[in-house]
Amino acid sequence: MSPAPNPELRRQVIAIYKQLLFLGRDYPQGYAWFRERLHRAFAAKAHLTDEAEIRKALAHADFVRKEIEALYYLKRYRTLRQRYDGA
Amino acid sequence: MSALRILVPVKRVIDYAVKPRVNKAQTGVETAGVKHSMNPFDELSVEESVRIREKKSAPGGVEDICVLSAGPAKAQDVLRTAMAMGADRAIHVDVKEGEDLEPLTVAKLLKAAAERERSNLVILGKQSIDDDAGQTGQMLAGLLGWPQATQASKVEFGEGDTVTVTREVDGGVETLRAKLPMVITTDLRLNEPRYASLPNIMKAKKKPLEKKTLADFGITNDKRLKVLKVTEPPARQGGGKVEDVDGLISKLKELGAI
Repeated sequence: MSPAPNPELRRQVIAIYKQLLFLGRDYPQGYAWFRERLHRAFAAKAHLTDEAEIRKALAHADFVRKEIEALYYLKRYRTLRQRYDGA
Repeated sequence: MSALRILVPVKRVIDYAVKPRVNKAQTGVETAGVKHSMNPFDELSVEESVRIREKKSAPGGVEDICVLSAGPAKAQDVLRTAMAMGADRAIHVDVKEGEDLEPLTVAKLLKAAAERERSNLVILGKQSIDDDAGQTGQMLAGLLGWPQATQASKVEFGEGDTVTVTREVDGGVETLRAKLPMVITTDLRLNEPRYASLPNIMKAKKKPLEKKTLADFGITNDKRLKVLKVTEPPARQGGGKVEDVDGLISKLKELGAI
């Protein structure tokens, strides 16, 4: 994003990247696996300059964040149910 | 209707996804260098107290959500997580590594804390996933002389300080109604705990965290129970394959099953 991008969008992109990295620490396949893929996904969209496109990509990043959170919740819920509910 | 002052005790335990290993001396499980996190049932109780505030389900509102943990210095991590989820402040009772408290001691400590903090609702996890004692909430209610609703799957507030708690029992649900102050322990399906996000963890660092010792609450760590030995469960015996029906029958006869 070198040609003078919108600084607010740039801040948002960095923020969601950091949040996703933080989430990746608990990823089942390991942090290294996750970080590499996350980096690739962001690098693949680094060329975007149109603001609407960047916003769309941000919305997708937020969607992925929610999916990962849901994944962690379900994984834990299922494990605990198996251990404690006898189901 | 009095405003709620909620006390939420939390415990730092070995993460649920880690397979615990028995230590060499067979006195317990190996804790050094193992990932720890907040007891999942305690996460449910933190989440529930935050939801009571956010959904404004209590007519008197929520005045204070205080989390408390007794353990080594690292227990502060789970207190920070709880505050990132929405608790207002935290109390850390310092207990040295390896000097674990028994449920009765914890209950006595919580009684003193609930009185000091003028709490009128204590929400605990029904059990911790390391000791699996499942006694603290019940003993606390006994010591305080408060009503208790264990293993709640739904908590609702009514007029005149009444609380209605639904709990899952075999073949149905059971509904309890009691007046504040009371003790509630959480079951797995009470809610879906939120993930403590990075920005919230940063903000939680500014929230107040009090450091206390057992002596501040007038408690001594007396041991009533003694762990004799901890061993791994026996390894599962592998199965065998048989060629055909006759093979199966002869195998069963050999084992004395028919």
